[in-house]
Amino acid sequence: MAHHDTLNGAEILLKALVDQGVEVIFGYPGGAVLPIYDELFKQNRLRHVLVRHEQAAVHAAEGYARSTGKVGCVLVTSGPGATNAVTGLADAQCDSVPLVCLTGQVPTHLIGNDAFQEADITGITRPCTKHNYLVKDVNDLARIVHEAFHVARSGRPGPVLIDLPKDVVQSKGEYQPPSKVKSKYKPQVKGDIKAIEKAIDMIAHAKRPIFYVGGGVINSGPAACQLMTQFVRMTGYPCTLTLMGLGAIPGSDPLFLGMLGMHGTVEANMAMHDCDLMINIGARFDDRVTGKLEGFSPKSKKIHVDIDPSSINKNVAVDLAIVGDCAHVLEDMIKVWKAKQCRVDDKALKTWWKQIDQWRGMDCLAFEGSNKLIKPQYAIKRLYELTRHRNPYICTEVGQHQMWAAQYLKFDLPHHWLTSGGLGTMGYGLPSAMGVQMAHPDALVIDIAGEASIQMNIQEMATLVQHRLPVKIVILNNQYLGMVRQWQELIHGGRYSESHMTHHPDFVKLAEAFGAVGLRATKPDEVDGVFKEMMAVDRPVIVEMLTDASENVFPMIMPGMAHNEMVLGPEDKSRDKPGSEEDGMVLV
Amino acid sequence: MIKHEEIQRHTIAVLVDNESGVLARVIGLFSGRGYNIESLTVAEVDAKEKLSRITIVTSGTAMIVEQIKNQLRRLIPVHKVHDLTIEGPHVARELALVKVCSTGEKRVESLRIADIFRARAIDSTNESFVFEVVGATEKVDAFIKLMEPLGLADVSRTGVVAIARGPNPI
Ligand SMILES: Cc1cc2nc3c(=O)[nH]c(=O)nc-3n(C[C@H](O)[C@H](O)[C@H](O)COP(=O)(O)OP(=O)(O)OC[C@H]3O[C@@H](n4cnc5c(N)ncnc54)[C@H](O)[C@@H]3O)c2cc1C
Ligand SMILES: Cc1ncc(C[n+]2csc(CCOP(=O)(O)OP(=O)(O)O)c2C)c(N)n1
Ligand SMILES: [Mg+2]
Repeated sequence: MAHHDTLNGAEILLKALVDQGVEVIFGYPGGAVLPIYDELFKQNRLRHVLVRHEQAAVHAAEGYARSTGKVGCVLVTSGPGATNAVTGLADAQCDSVPLVCLTGQVPTHLIGNDAFQEADITGITRPCTKHNYLVKDVNDLARIVHEAFHVARSGRPGPVLIDLPKDVVQSKGEYQPPSKVKSKYKPQVKGDIKAIEKAIDMIAHAKRPIFYVGGGVINSGPAACQLMTQFVRMTGYPCTLTLMGLGAIPGSDPLFLGMLGMHGTVEANMAMHDCDLMINIGARFDDRVTGKLEGFSPKSKKIHVDIDPSSINKNVAVDLAIVGDCAHVLEDMIKVWKAKQCRVDDKALKTWWKQIDQWRGMDCLAFEGSNKLIKPQYAIKRLYELTRHRNPYICTEVGQHQMWAAQYLKFDLPHHWLTSGGLGTMGYGLPSAMGVQMAHPDALVIDIAGEASIQMNIQEMATLVQHRLPVKIVILNNQYLGMVRQWQELIHGGRYSESHMTHHPDFVKLAEAFGAVGLRATKPDEVDGVFKEMMAVDRPVIVEMLTDASENVFPMIMPGMAHNEMVLGPEDKSRDKPGSEEDGMVLV
Repeated sequence: MIKHEEIQRHTIAVLVDNESGVLARVIGLFSGRGYNIESLTVAEVDAKEKLSRITIVTSGTAMIVEQIKNQLRRLIPVHKVHDLTIEGPHVARELALVKVCSTGEKRVESLRIADIFRARAIDSTNESFVFEVVGATEKVDAFIKLMEPLGLADVSRTGVVAIARGPNPI
């Protein structure tokens, strides 16, 4: 067994990554990780994508993870490399994305000495990682790496950071394969069958039911999404999805009411408000979804399925909680439903749908077209029509464009919609799309962007070109921090404090400067042609659409308001009476 | 509404891996989420398994206390979380070392009160005593209060340790 001792820490690390199924690392080198980069140089099992900023490495790994269901992997150096990664880690923590982030650290004997490029990264990231480790002994390294992957992907997924002092990766030690590592971390995946039977009983007897489905079903995997769709169709009950849940059931299914929440549809929010049974599967009662808590679905009993007990009874007290993984719980629910030969209350359901169809008939996403200015909604709708046959992966930045994308695109497949929901990180979309394209080289991958957000990680254009990643970036340029401008218009008396951004680069020339392709549409009748041209190019493309700057996202639940108090459009007078921010959504 | 619900005090026992950083995780969770810590004690209780036991006294509404326990359970090095307050009868104790500096009548009086509280004098000089008093928090509070006019100079308290009554471990 003596040969086991011949590996150095860096070799052990890479061997562990390979054994964990890692194929791609998104990273950036520096002094503290040079021994690791040296080992990377000597092998060819792991690919490395050299990003231009460490934040982008983390978002790229998120895109990779969310579009594949695997754990994303990041490697950055100590100090500034590690601190640059923090926003990405916080983003992954909020949206439950499984990542392992490897950070270099100064040698153990220098830790705490204010050494060159030292940062207490385990201290800094404690609140924004699922867990983190500082490896002090090379003989713990393999075990910690295996455990980190297990923690990242099990239960409610999340980012895990491993801090690697330089001397540890340089010293010799013993490798342990994953099979030798037993973790004590074993979250509950099977739901309590008694509770599931009770849930089925409640579901079968509901008169005005609604499924409120979230990112937990997406996290749980393709099987969970299939089971979710099956269960919704078996019951014939209406279903709404959160921003994070889009794609969990097909967007084109007539039982789907659209997204709910602050910018959700009238039918989804009204049905949530008036239902007598809410069946929450893998959603977390986020404040962007609930609005004012006192006014949140006051007449309903609530069932909540979630793998994380801390999500249950956090914001909203529920009547029945089931702790478990969505796929497992849904499978049991369907079994029990069939075994008990449950029938829905047809008459009540018919009346309920009649009411819902009335709300639907308001067509709340209708907008006024224009043949002079490109309406952002129109651009998104055309993008959808022209690309849907290719089932594109859609990433977004953060702002109005993100909300229009969520409203007007329909996702018939899960894991094709990647947006920063919980942290709302401008700059997420481009690097995330990069990660998606790495995992799916032949797919159509589109980043829907605002002209402000895109500039937060625009440097990654170079990475796209270098790695031949033909990501398509569609910038809806409204010359404003649009989402901020919207709030200022509606809530702050039209005082547009610092939301009008000027001096943008010429995005077409910028694309060309990076060695990519730049296209521009300034009028509605140019939109189709530009999108078609974009699709025909097998290289990274920036499409700039000059859109109507005055458009706002509607419907909108103003801060401090409830689901049945939506503002429907610019003509709606109730927009002039915003509530308090104390108990509801907070600003962008 | 949740906000107006009654605030209650809970004693929570937490079994954790005795590794570096674990206390920072627990304390960071309380400070980061704005939970209350009234007292927190920690020491290794199982050297072989390298387990420490943390006793936390906290207060909040029922929903917040449930959150606190669930958030503690999310921490990877946390293995058991037990709410002793709701799980049945338990005993809770804390120890205080109380320095009292006085002479003459006051000095005699402090000894007399110590005797009533079954506090022991574990250090003494001509002008001072250090008393060791053990008991429920209220008893320790009362002892310290009585020492105030008698030359109370310094106090060091352990915080609460607690354990369930009866034969069962947590
Ligand atoms: C500008 C802006 C506007 C927004 N507007 C809206 C809006 O109008 N509507 C909206 O919905 N959102 C909106 N959001 C997003 C919002 O902030 C939240 O991110 C989102 O609502 C949360 O989605 P979710 O409830 O599905 O939870 P997620 O964050 O996806 O959490 C998933 C839940 O499922 C659980 N879970 C994870 N894995 C599993 C598993 N395997 N089995 C069971 N449970 C599991 C987790 O514990 C967690 O509780 C907006 C964001 C931004 C930036
Ligand atoms: C990193 C970061 N900084 C600030 C914000 C606050 N914010 C939310 S949306 C937004 C404006 C985005 O502008 P743009 O990208 O042009 O999109 P638009 O809303 O105009 O579509 C801002 C500043 C944020 N979400 N993220
Ligand atoms: Mg903009």
